[in-house]
Amino acid sequence: MTVESVFPRLEALLPHVQKPIQYVGGELNSTVKDWDACDVRWALMYPDAYEVGLPNQGVMILYEVLNEREGVLAERTYSVWPDLEALMREHGVPQFTVDAHRPVKAFDVFGLSFSTELGYTNMLTALDLAGIPLESKDRTIDDPIVLAGGHAAFNPEPIADFIDCAVIGDGEQAVLDITEIIRAWKAEGRPGGRDEVLLRLAKTGGVYVPRFYDVEYLADGRIARVVPNAPGVPWRVSKHTVMDLDEWPYPKQPLVPLAETVHERMSVEIFRGCTRGCRFCQAGMITRPVRERSITGIGEMVERGLKATGFEEVGLLSLSSADHTEIGEIAKGLADRYTEDKIGLSLPSTRVDAFNIDLANELTRNGRRSGLTFAPEGGSERIRKVINKMVSEEDLIRTVAAAYGNGWRQVKLYFMVGLPTETDEDVLQIAEMAKNVIQKGREVTGQNDIRCTVSIGGFVPKPHTPFQWAPQLSAEATDARLGKLRDAIRQDRKYGKNIGFRYHDGKPGIVEGLLSRGDRRTGKIIRAAYEDGGRFDGWREHFSYDRWMSAAEKGLAGTGIDVEWYTTRERTYEEVLPWDHLDSGLDKDWLWEDWQDALEEVEVEDCRWTPCFDCGVCPQMQTEIQIGPTGVKLLPLTVVK
Amino acid sequence: MQRIRLRYTKRGRLRFTSHRDFQRAFERALRRSAVPMAYSAGFTPHPKVSYANAAPTGVASEAEYLEIGLAEFRDPEALRAQLDESMPIGLDITDAVEVRTPNFVERLEASEWQVRLDSVEPADAARAVAAFLAAEQVEVQRQTKNGLRVFDARGAVAALELLPSQVGDGNDTGTEGAADVRSGNPCAILRLVVRHVTPAVRPDDVLSGLRATADLAPPVPAEVTRLAQGPLDEESGTVTDPLALDRAAAPAGL
Repeated sequence: MTVESVFPRLEALLPHVQKPIQYVGGELNSTVKDWDACDVRWALMYPDAYEVGLPNQGVMILYEVLNEREGVLAERTYSVWPDLEALMREHGVPQFTVDAHRPVKAFDVFGLSFSTELGYTNMLTALDLAGIPLESKDRTIDDPIVLAGGHAAFNPEPIADFIDCAVIGDGEQAVLDITEIIRAWKAEGRPGGRDEVLLRLAKTGGVYVPRFYDVEYLADGRIARVVPNAPGVPWRVSKHTVMDLDEWPYPKQPLVPLAETVHERMSVEIFRGCTRGCRFCQAGMITRPVRERSITGIGEMVERGLKATGFEEVGLLSLSSADHTEIGEIAKGLADRYTEDKIGLSLPSTRVDAFNIDLANELTRNGRRSGLTFAPEGGSERIRKVINKMVSEEDLIRTVAAAYGNGWRQVKLYFMVGLPTETDEDVLQIAEMAKNVIQKGREVTGQNDIRCTVSIGGFVPKPHTPFQWAPQLSAEATDARLGKLRDAIRQDRKYGKNIGFRYHDGKPGIVEGLLSRGDRRTGKIIRAAYEDGGRFDGWREHFSYDRWMSAAEKGLAGTGIDVEWYTTRERTYEEVLPWDHLDSGLDKDWLWEDWQDALEEVEVEDCRWTPCFDCGVCPQMQTEIQIGPTGVKLLPLTVVK
Repeated sequence: MQRIRLRYTKRGRLRFTSHRDFQRAFERALRRSAVPMAYSAGFTPHPKVSYANAAPTGVASEAEYLEIGLAEFRDPEALRAQLDESMPIGLDITDAVEVRTPNFVERLEASEWQVRLDSVEPADAARAVAAFLAAEQVEVQRQTKNGLRVFDARGAVAALELLPSQVGDGNDTGTEGAADVRSGNPCAILRLVVRHVTPAVRPDDVLSGLRATADLAPPVPAEVTRLAQGPLDEESGTVTDPLALDRAAAPAGL
C-alpha cells in the first residue's frame, strides 16, 4: 500500500492558521524512515497542542526507541488547534504525523500518551479527523490499534470504549514487545482479524484489552465485578517496570523544534519513581520503586544531549530531584563543566530543606537568584501529617532564611486545597505561613521588599493512591475556602501587599475528578462533551464546566448515578473500584491501611532509608530499589577545539 | 572582535518559520557548532547577533541577512559551511563576508520578490499589472497592531512584471517534499521590486492593490519568495548584492 504525504494539501491551509510552523515537522533530530522498509509502524500522539506535546519525554523516548529498531518506524502527531481543525474538515485533510505527514489511519498502532485525563476529548478529535471510528467495536482490520499509555492510563476505564488496549507503567520495553507480537501476526497474514491480535496482546498479561473484560454492576450503581470473557485472558493486568536506567539512556538525540514550546531545555531523567509516600501523589505511588540513573550515566546523557541540541539549559528531572543519592556531586560536577559555556542547570521538584539552598546556589553560580519554589502542600502541621508531607513549619522557615540569606529575593510556595479531612482552619494557616516567611525574609535581609507567592491547586483524588477512597471537595466548597484565604491575605496590613495569591476555581477539578475515578459509564460523558465541541480541556480558554455538566446529565441518563457519585462520594473498603483489575503492584490492603493512617494523622517513612513497609510493589513486580551512592565523581571534560 | 555578515534562506516548508523561531534555531546552531561567539556584557550575556529586515512568516526567502560578532578570528567561508551544516535543511546559510564597511542596514534599499499565483490566468494577471502600473496611487489597507491602516502601495513599487508563462512547472524555490498537486492549472508568476519605505509595503499589499485596481482575486494564497534585497539600481529596476562592498573593501586592520 502506498501512503502519500498529505503535506501538499495541508500546505495550502497553513497560510490561514496561527503558528503554522508547528505543523510542518522537520525538527532537528527527527526521523523519517522508509515506509515500505518497515513492517510495524507506530503513530505516537501526545493529545495536546504541539507546544506542550513536543517536549514530552515519554513520547520522545518511545519515538527514539522504536525508530532505532530495524523494520520499525514511529512518527509523531499532536492535537491541531481549532482553526486548522475547521480547515482540515472543510478540505478533507486527515489527522497527519508531523514527520512525514502521513495519515494516522495508515499506521499499525496509534499510541496515545495521557499525562492527564483532560486530553480525552482531544483523542476523539484526532480519531475523527483520522477517519478512524471513535469506538473500538466499530473498527475494522484496516484501522490502527488504538493504544493508551501514560499515567492516566492506570485507570483506562473511562476511555474503554474508545481505545483497543492500554499499557500501564514504563513503555520502553513494552512497545518493543508489542511490536514483535504485531509483526508476527502480520507476517502470518493477520489471522483472526483484530480480535486475534488483541487477544495475543491480552494474553501476555501486560496489555489491557477492555473488550475482553465484562463489568457487572450492583443495583446501587457500584461495580459488582470485572470478569475476563475470553480464554487465556488474565484477571489482572500488570504494570511494566524498566530496571537499570543506565541501559535506557533515552532520549539520546532530543528533538529540537523550530516552534516555541513550553520547555526549551535538554531534560535528563535522573531517577524514576519516588517513595516519599505523599498520599495525594499518584505519580509517586504508581512509579515505584526508585531507580536511579548513575552519576556517570547522567554526565554522558547531558554531554551527548547538549551536543545534539544546542540547548542552553539542562533540566534534571524526576519526581523529587534533590533525593538522588549523589545530587550534590551531580550538581557540582555539571556546574564545573558547563558554567563557562553559559549553560543553565535547573532542578525542578525540590524538597523543603536547607540542603536544597546549597544546591540552588550551586546551580546559579553566576546567574540571577530570582525565585525559589517549595511545596509544603498543606498549610497546617496537622494536614501535612494527613497527606504524609513531612515538612515542619520550622524546616520551612529555616530554609527560607537560608534562601534569603543567599541572595534569593522571592519565595514561591505551592499548596493544595480540598485535602481529605481539611477544615477552613487548615487552609487559613497558609496565610500565616506566608506571613512568617516574609517576616523571616525581612529579618534576614533587613529589607522590606520581600515577596512570597502562594500558589494553590485543587486536590483531585486519584486511583492507585491511599486517597482513592476519599471524597473530593465540591467546587462550591473549594471556592468558599479559597475566598476565605484570599480575604485573610488581603486584609493583612503588614504583609498582605507582599503576598501574591494564585489559584484556580474548583470547577475544572471536578471534571478532572470525574474522569480520574470514572468507570466505563463515564465514556458516554466524554463522547457527549466531545460532540458538543469539547476540545483542549486543559486550557482555560477552551474548558467549559457547563458543557461537561450537561454532557454528564446526558451520558449518565438512566444509570441512577451522577457527577457527585463519582466525585464527592466517599468509597468503602468493600467497593470494587473500576481500576482494581489493573495491577500497579500496590497492595490494596496496604493502600487502605495508609488511608486509615492518614485519617489518624500517622506518618509513614521513606523505604529508601527505613525497612520495607510492604506497599507490595517490589515482590509483586519482582523489582527492587536501585540507588547509589556509587562514589564516582564527574571529571572535567577535555575540550577539543 | 571580528564581525561576519551572513546571508541565509527560508525555503520550502520552513518558510513558515517565524523570525523568533529562526533566531532560536540559529542561536542553537551556534552552540552546536561551537562558534566562538562574542557575548554582550551584563547580567544575562547574549551572543552578539543582529538581524536585518526579516521576511514575514509564511514568505520564503533567498536573501535574509544577519551579522554576528566573534571572540576569535574565523575564516568566513569555513564558518558559513560549518553553520550551514548545523542548520535545518531549508534554513541554509548561503554567503558570508567579513564586515569591512558600516551602515549595512541602510544599504538594504529594496527587495525583489517573486509572487506565484496559482489558478490565475496569466492574461488576467497581465491586465491587473498594467492597471496597477498605470495608476499614480493605489490605496490599500492593512490590519496592524495599531488598527486598520490605509496607505499607498503604488509609490514604493520600482518594478512589477509578469514573467513568461510556466504552467505547472513544479517548484523552483526548492519546496522539498511538496509535489505540485496543482499541475496543469494555470499559474501566473510576478516579479516585483519594492523600495523599503515607511510604512513598509509588502508583497501582500501589492496584491491588495492588484485586487483594488483590477479585481484580481487569487483563489489560493500566493506563494511569495524574496529573491534579493540590497541597493536598488533605479534605472534597471534591479536589486544588487549588499555584501559586494564588504567583499571589495580592504581587510580591516591588515
